[in-house]
Amino acid sequence: MPRTVHELGVTQSILQIALRHAERAGAARIREVSLVIGELSSIVDDSVQFYWDLISEGTIAHGAVLSFTRVPAMLRCQDCAHEFPLNQHDYACPACASSKVIVADGEQFFLESIDVDLAEPQPGL
Amino acid sequence: MTAKIPVVENILSANDALAGQIQAQLDQAAVLALNVMASPGGGKTSVILRTVRALMDEVRIGVMDGDIVEIDLRELAALGLPVSLINTGGQCHLDANMVLRALPSMNLGALDLLIIENVGNLICPAAFKLGVHFNIVIASVPEGADKPYKYPSMFRGADVLLLNKMDLQEYMDFDVDYFRQGVEALNPGVAFFPVSCRTGEGLDAWFAWLRAQLNSRSAAG
Repeated sequence: MPRTVHELGVTQSILQIALRHAERAGAARIREVSLVIGELSSIVDDSVQFYWDLISEGTIAHGAVLSFTRVPAMLRCQDCAHEFPLNQHDYACPACASSKVIVADGEQFFLESIDVDLAEPQPGL
Repeated sequence: MTAKIPVVENILSANDALAGQIQAQLDQAAVLALNVMASPGGGKTSVILRTVRALMDEVRIGVMDGDIVEIDLRELAALGLPVSLINTGGQCHLDANMVLRALPSMNLGALDLLIIENVGNLICPAAFKLGVHFNIVIASVPEGADKPYKYPSMFRGADVLLLNKMDLQEYMDFDVDYFRQGVEALNPGVAFFPVSCRTGEGLDAWFAWLRAQLNSRSAAG
């Protein structure tokens, strides 16, 4: 099951980044983790949430919901500037049929933000 | 009290940091490194064997192979080359951590060229930087001309693209123009070499490209 191992590694990376930023902010619990995933970046599917629930156990990230913003891959025609979604059959511009196109969007692969509960100030501190 | 904390950090930032450490080690030892990627059966081992045989009298070459068994390395070891298995434990790609841990098994000071053979897979390896100087992607005629359309990330990230098994083109109705159009859209100007490891056709152009990279590095060093 090579693909599942792939997702596990990606999930570990996400958890490390989320915990580091949560600790820096003094958070008591992570509620939500927002990810931005472009269609041209590494493949990540819903099994990430499954792995998250397993490997985050015992951390302040346990129970957090992972939310995905998926960004479609877009091409831009260099002759007529038309932008169109990448498809799996033909990269020619649907507006002017030019084959001079470049990738315009879809390479994002980052953790955008975390929603956290901030720790209550400890009395006497 | 709840709060939204902005992060905006690449999910693979830890891998990229380790890739930076690999590149620093390679550059310090003046070793040019290649990350060779292809589908299973695309011709990674054949290309590497051809390349090694063509250049081994000119430069000192080592090969690292991401695999679970040593089969691909035996022929290379028989040529007297330093070889090292990066045991992937069934992973679908090499990552910088695996390569960095295996790097001490190669004596970089005794090498000019390090070839890293990635796991046979046209999807996952593209995302993981290994700190090498060039990503070499091998596609092959029997896989079909639609591969740049089905696996865009792999072709987007290539520095060099070899199209292998050109000797089969007449039997396969492989549309080279359609293939190149897809590649050019994703990766304009990528170095492209149609080759056949069986007949040797086209390989001299690839060797010449690689020699030029090795020469420009040794001149700069």
